[in-house]
Amino acid sequence: MRILATGCCLLALSACQRERRDMRPSPTSVAVFADASRQSDLQPGGPQTQPHVANPYEGSAYAIAEGKRLFGWYNCSGCHANGGGGIGPPLIKGQWIYGGEPANLFDTIVKGRPNGMPSWGGRIPEYQVWQLVTFIRSLNNEEPKSATPVRSDSIEQDPGTLLPKPGGTTK
Amino acid sequence: MKRGVLLLLPVGVAFAQQSALDPAGPYAHRIELLGAFFLGLLGLIFLVVIILALLSLTRRHRGIDQEPLEQNHRPSESTERRLTRTVGIAAAVTVLILLGLVVISVSAGKATSTPGNPDPANALVIEITGTQWWWQVRYPNEDASRIVVDANELHIPVGRPVLIRGTSNDVIHSFWVPNLQGKRDLIPSHVTTDWMQADHAGRFRGQCAEFCGLQHAHMALWVIAEPPDKFETWRAHQLQPASAPADPVRQRGQQVFLDGACALCHAIQGTAAAGQVGPDLTHFGRRSTIAAGTLPNNKGNLAGWIADPQNIKPGTRMATVPVKAEEMQPLLEYLEGLQ
Repeated sequence: MRILATGCCLLALSACQRERRDMRPSPTSVAVFADASRQSDLQPGGPQTQPHVANPYEGSAYAIAEGKRLFGWYNCSGCHANGGGGIGPPLIKGQWIYGGEPANLFDTIVKGRPNGMPSWGGRIPEYQVWQLVTFIRSLNNEEPKSATPVRSDSIEQDPGTLLPKPGGTTK
Repeated sequence: MKRGVLLLLPVGVAFAQQSALDPAGPYAHRIELLGAFFLGLLGLIFLVVIILALLSLTRRHRGIDQEPLEQNHRPSESTERRLTRTVGIAAAVTVLILLGLVVISVSAGKATSTPGNPDPANALVIEITGTQWWWQVRYPNEDASRIVVDANELHIPVGRPVLIRGTSNDVIHSFWVPNLQGKRDLIPSHVTTDWMQADHAGRFRGQCAEFCGLQHAHMALWVIAEPPDKFETWRAHQLQPASAPADPVRQRGQQVFLDGACALCHAIQGTAAAGQVGPDLTHFGRRSTIAAGTLPNNKGNLAGWIADPQNIKPGTRMATVPVKAEEMQPLLEYLEGLQ
């Protein structure tokens, strides 16, 4: 019984993680992961060990919400729509041209890619790039379910509440 | 009456730049009258109730040595009638007073917010958009080249009615400049209107009056009422794009601004910076405060705000941007020089 109660308390503590806010992000200058966007498997002098680059905001509901806001602010939606794609490729998918791991997404945003993806390096602070990465990962259900929101933060109109026009169609 | 209210609340004098008890125009005066009437009438009712309660204590009553009334005791028919009549009259008077207060309260609200009320041709229309946590101010015009966009500061001509058309970008805010008008909520995807007018020149402080998130308390704005000719001079100046920096330090500052993160959110007319999500900075150096009325606008405060905005307004949408030490001074010179 006592073990169960302690376990419950520990579980409750672990739930705080998803709401943890990085209120004083470090304004570090942008780091570009050259090896994350490797175009060739061949390497002189034998293969190098791949450094593991972790997303600092993995599993943070706050970062996902911030990433969503920035996705609109920086007009990512102008090309990618709300993840479904338009001028640019969709962001909800299984196959990524340049890799779908957090480090790859970071790299793609910072460096840009051929055929239209602008290079955002030096424009968007590094912590915000990570927030965008976290949001894009959440679109693909690659963030923990506990952090992924089930509804939008912004106001939405329920189509059922639209009043019919006198002509009979909804506006 | 006004003097009486001020005596009751001496605090009102201390904050005369932001006080509903010191109206500077007809609309605020109407609200103040309404408040004074409510205070007077409800104060009177309070007094009557207290006096009746005290009187009931002095009335003849059954002594404690007497037996209590039987459980099936019933008052006489005349007492019953008298009680019914008294309670009935009291209830009717209460309902009538409350209905009357509703009528005068709603009519005051309508009179100070209905768009067609004063002559619309004479009125100046200003669009206010509440945003977490600052105010976008826009002076619409049929001629698109004569639209003025500003932030956190409102210039209005003295003696001319101003129609505020307010909305919000995110959550519900409330626009409130107590000296000039009553509160008006700013609702996302919806436009609300309110009238205000200043009868004398002055600076009046306004504040968000609807809790809107972390920095609700630091969401202020200043209204500067000035004579009509001065207002027109101000408007003509605001229509000019930012002048190109002449000296090398400010030129470097402009380069830092345009090459970095600043230009993604802020616009400076006359440059490539056209971000729409942050306050327009075209004439930033002329504003008296930064961060929506949080700090006086000077180089020291601005440096602190750019270097660590989360320290000054925790939760603010202003990004923590990496600015190198040697870039900060030119950036400050450039921004403060945007006259």
